[in-house]
Amino acid sequence: MASSRRPGPLDWSTGLILLLVAVAMAIVYVRDGSGKFLEILSSDAWLFATMLPNLLAGCLVGAFISLLLPREVVNRWVGSESGLTGILIASVAGAILPGGPFTIYPVAGALAVMGADFGAIVALITSWSLLGYSRALVWELPFFGVDFVGWRVLLAVPLPIVAGLLARPIGRALGWKAGEP
Amino acid sequence: MTVAVVLFLWVIVIALGLVAIMRSRALFRSGFKAGAVDFLRLLPRLTIGVFGSGFIAEVMPQELIALWLGPDSGLAGTLIASAAGALTPGGPMIGFAIGVAALKSGASAPQVIAYVTAWALFALHRVFLWELPMMPARIVWLRVIASLPLPFLAAWIAMLAGRP
Repeated sequence: MASSRRPGPLDWSTGLILLLVAVAMAIVYVRDGSGKFLEILSSDAWLFATMLPNLLAGCLVGAFISLLLPREVVNRWVGSESGLTGILIASVAGAILPGGPFTIYPVAGALAVMGADFGAIVALITSWSLLGYSRALVWELPFFGVDFVGWRVLLAVPLPIVAGLLARPIGRALGWKAGEP
Repeated sequence: MTVAVVLFLWVIVIALGLVAIMRSRALFRSGFKAGAVDFLRLLPRLTIGVFGSGFIAEVMPQELIALWLGPDSGLAGTLIASAAGALTPGGPMIGFAIGVAALKSGASAPQVIAYVTAWALFALHRVFLWELPMMPARIVWLRVIASLPLPFLAAWIAMLAGRP
């Protein structure tokens, strides 16, 4: 993970969201009463409790990967010279990596600091966002059903590759080099 | 299902931990410490994010967003659907719930696909609360820029395929 340039626990973006949250809480309390307020609070608390182990696991995976994975391996598979293969490898990895945002971002951050190519990192995150099975199975399927989700995912298969291929020239145009934080 | 995903994740953690400890105890300790420090650093944001999403989702007019997604799957309709997706806050349930509500009230499938795709890629709260703290900022913005065409592409492919 990029420990060199990380905002502290509270910066302006968090402050803004904190303000939004406070307003939303006040509206719910005034409009719907304390019963509804407590109901939302307790369901959020449950969600929070279930997410904690995932976040810890994600951080540990990110930390261990950045220590264990040799830089040469990162360079060869998903480095700046990895071409289309790197983007394909990253797309497959994004689709099969388990867990929520708390897994994918620490891992992607660790790879970025280790010199992985922009295109590969973008493909990894895009693939996780669009093709990740854990979200599709747990959340999307109950709402939309097999037919819709199946087609949605199938039609999205080329998209991480497109995003990865687009990211490379954009990063190059901005003069960025892989591995710089 | 959720349990299986969590278990699989911890199997990976344990496997990585074992590999580290076989190399050296110091390596294992520093990996564990780095992971724990990251975890503690992210905890305040997670708290705000999870507790906040529930309340923001409750206040947000979900029917209104579903209404934005009409039967029009032209460029303007897809643009509106993508913007709505980026602006939809809340946990994984909210975006899908709105998408299904829109589908039931007559929105076209390509538009709902654009909405779900945009929401999966750009939901602003996710970018600000989770992605930015965990990754180098410029990679986050590069990712957002490179993904801008994707909701349109997804809707277009769905239209070409005539599915779902």
